[in-house]
This record gives sequence, C-alpha cells and structure tokens, in this order.
Amino acid sequence: MAEIKKDLVIIGGGPAGLAAAVSAAGEGVRDILIIERDIRLGGILNQCIHNGFGLHTFKEELTGPEYADRYIKMAEKEQIPFMLDTMVIDLSFDEATGEKIVTAMNRTEGLFSVRARAVILAMGCRERPRGALNIPGFRPSGIYSAGTAQYYTNMEGKLPGKKVVILGSGDIGLIMARRMTFEGAKVLCVAELQPYSGGLKRNIVQCLDDFGIPLLLSHTVVDIKGKRRVEGVTIAEVDENRKPVPGSEVFYECDTLLLSCGLIPENELTNKLGVKMNPVTGGAFVNESLETDIPGVYACGNVLHVHDLVDYVSGEASAAGKNAAGFLLGKTAPENDGTVINIRTENGVRYSVPSVVRPSFMPDTLTVRFRVGNEFRDKNLSVYLDGKQLMKLPKRIMAPGEMEQIILVKSKVEEIVSENGGSEHELIIRVEDKE
Amino acid sequence: METRELTCIRCPIGCHITVELENGEVKSITGNSCPRGEEYAASEVTNPVRIVTSLVTLKGGERPVVSVKTAGDVPKDKMTDVVGALRNVEAEAPVSIGDIIVKDIAGTGVDIVATSNVSKK
Repeated sequence: MAEIKKDLVIIGGGPAGLAAAVSAAGEGVRDILIIERDIRLGGILNQCIHNGFGLHTFKEELTGPEYADRYIKMAEKEQIPFMLDTMVIDLSFDEATGEKIVTAMNRTEGLFSVRARAVILAMGCRERPRGALNIPGFRPSGIYSAGTAQYYTNMEGKLPGKKVVILGSGDIGLIMARRMTFEGAKVLCVAELQPYSGGLKRNIVQCLDDFGIPLLLSHTVVDIKGKRRVEGVTIAEVDENRKPVPGSEVFYECDTLLLSCGLIPENELTNKLGVKMNPVTGGAFVNESLETDIPGVYACGNVLHVHDLVDYVSGEASAAGKNAAGFLLGKTAPENDGTVINIRTENGVRYSVPSVVRPSFMPDTLTVRFRVGNEFRDKNLSVYLDGKQLMKLPKRIMAPGEMEQIILVKSKVEEIVSENGGSEHELIIRVEDKE
Repeated sequence: METRELTCIRCPIGCHITVELENGEVKSITGNSCPRGEEYAASEVTNPVRIVTSLVTLKGGERPVVSVKTAGDVPKDKMTDVVGALRNVEAEAPVSIGDIIVKDIAGTGVDIVATSNVSKK
C-alpha cells in the first residue's frame, strides 16, 4: 500500500473543509490535501439551489452553488491540492510519532495511506432515516429523506413525486416544500412532532406561508398506506408526551412522504480514531481551538455539531484551519499554564461548542455556539464565570432550530480567572427568567 | 388602525416585526433590530417581493438541469408565472455562474441567471 506524508489532511471538501483549507493556507501551511468522496468540491451546497447563503460572510445573498464556488475559487487561488471521488475508510493515531494515519481509496490510486501531522475533520452530517423514526406501516417506494429528494430534483432533474406530505419541519423539508411546489407537485402539509418548528423562521415564511402550505405542529405520521408505492399517510395530533391522541387521525392521500427529521454528524472515522465524543451533539468534544482530545486533530462544521447557517460553518472552519496552522507552524503556541475553564450548560441550554476553554489559548474574542432545548420567549441568557455574572442578554425568542452564540472576551475572562486563582474554573450558560 | 405581524426574512435572526397601518400607509414599524428589517417590513406590507430560484433543462451538459435565479427581486405574486415560464426554457451546456439564461422573465423586467457551473458532457 502506497504511503505519503502531508502536513495537513482535511477530510471532506464541503463548506467546512474548503474554509478550513483556505484559512490554513492563508496562515502559511503549504502541504495540504483535501480528500472528498464526491466527484466535485462544495458538498451539499451544490444541491441547495435556494438563496440565503452568505449574508454574514459575503454580505450578499447567494445560492448554495454560488457560495460553494466562492470558496472553490479561493482554494484554487491558493493552489490547494485535493482528491475527488476518494473515500477515507480509516483514521488512526500513531502515538509514537504523533502522526495521524488516514487510509483512503479511489479508482486511480487504489488503497493508500497518508501520514499527517494534523487532520481536520470536516465530514459533515447525514439525514436521520426512516429506520430511526419508528413509523409504523409498510415499506413502499415513495419515502425519501428530504435531502435525497433534493438531490433527485436539483441535480438529476427528476421529481420524486406529485402529491407530497412532509414529516418534520427541518430546513431541508421546508425548502423542498417550495421546490416541489415550483416543480408542479402538490404539497399537502408539513407535520411536526414538536410544538415548535425545527427550521428557520424565514423558511417557514418563504417556503410554507407563501404557498399556503399548512404547518401542523404537535402532529406526526402514525401509519403509511401502500405496498408498492405510498398511497397515503395517516397523521395524528400528539399530546404533551408526544403520544398520538386517539380520534385525531386524518388520512392524507399522497404518493410521496418526505422525512426532514434531523441531521446526524457523520463521525464513523472520528469514532475509529477514538476521540472523546459528546453524546448531545453526536460530534467530538473540542476545546477553544476546536481541537479534539487527540493533539493535532481538529473538527469543524456539521461533523462537530449541526449548524443552520453555512456562514457559521465557514467561520468555525476558518478558526479550525488557523488553529491547525498554529499547531503545525508552532508560531502561535502560547505557554500552556494548565488553566482550564469547563463550560457547563444547564436550564434549557443543551450543549456548547467548545466545551473546554484554556484561557491562554483563547483568541482576543472567542465565539461559543450552543442550542437551547425548547422554545423560550422573553427570557435572559445568562453566563457566569466562577459564579460571577459575565453576561445577561435579554432574548425575545430562542428556539431549538436556531443556533445561539456568545462572544467571550479574553481579557475579561483572564481577569476573573486570575483573581480567583487555581487551575480549574467553570463557566455556566443558562436560560433565566427576567426579573 | 390596522396591525400586521411579520417575521423578517432579511437575515436568519427572523425578527418579529409589528407594522401599524392607517389607510394603507405605514404608521410605525417596531420589533426590527436593523434598518434592513424596517425596509423589509415596509416593502412586505406594500409591495412584497422575492428572489425566485429554480432549475432549467440543460442540453448536452454533464447534468440534465442547471440551477438558476432571478437576478433581482420580483413581485411575490409573479413567482408562479416566473417558474411557469422557466418550464419551457432549455439552456445549452456549458453554463457558468452569472450567465444570462432568459432576459426579462415573464414580463417582470428581471433576467434569469445561472447559479451553477455545468460543463459539457
């Protein structure tokens, strides 16, 4: 088996991988390789033909392929090498040398391995399939995850069905409600198990309200009819325990059921590597540098935690690329004084990325991203460091479908940490009632 | 006095905006967190517009379709006309981002431009 050496291997050539590569190259890392399993760079953006991408990054509204193209052009300008149609099948850590061994294969090289000094995990995520949803009924054709239907429609030019029910109000399902309507299909409704939508507000307005498509909150599919092809689905209301309410069943005649019920970070390789995983996000635990518990292994984008906005993926990935460059070039490595701040999330806040902060490694400002577990209206978002209140941010609305963030200022954090002394500190992020 | 509740779509924050109207004229706009929200709310209650994104059939390309968008806003009630008009359009590969595929779609005065690069088969 052929073996090559690289300073930095980036697994995945979607938005995260591209932004990480461009950023690392900009910091002076020259020996980079992006490995992508698809036949083109850009990842899922290529099939996201709707607009709304890039408002933060480029201050204009782009479609997915246009956004991807901006980063592909930047990567081309930096002459960053990439391999397409290439599948990484194993990832391991050589403790003796500190090298990460990336095993991959493709049609021209066959099986080969790359010894990398640093690796950035940017594999993205995949959709939760029907098998994970426990929907009773037959298994006819006509049941698609929303992203699969999006691929058929937008990349292959084939419409998956004509009369559609969508289960789950994730963004891809909402986007597909509009897309299939434009292509001449009739979208009957979107059923959402939770009492709130899983998607962005703008998508509910632009993809459902604009077309009079009803969003049925606290509803789910309780039966699928049809043996060869979907003939219809039964939707029932659910109570506060998410159990169907008897007598509330309504039958919808349709030929297609789309599932938009959440995304799962694609971490098989991360698991093989053996880094410590966060069961809440399905991604690795990372520190302020987006580094996992194996030195020189970074994670960013949807493989780390599922994002709503590609702009935030790009921002996070740029930070990962910069930090990997710092690790490789050794120029930014500060004195590790052993001080750590563990971030605890509670009272409605489900997780945070990062989960650990070493103050000496912080940039001047550090973005901490997190999600809440329920819909909250007119609450405060409070942040405490060692019991001292750092922030009290009034929030009109917080919802599970919209990622939140706080920005920690290094000078302020260091001030409190040094006042209190000791090496272990705790930062708490929680939702609180307004006084 | 008429009150309209809107969700701003100019950015992903999705501010809840309240617009007060009197005889069809905007009296007050509250709840927005930036000037774009005010602009959106005023436009949404008087003259709602959208960017339309869709596909057109592509001849001789590595893919059978290419993604397109309106180069600017079109009136919201013209969306269906725009998409309908695109059904009869056939573009020819290769196509690059920004190429004009249709001029003045459905009488809106707005062009349809490609949003993907698709090379020849």
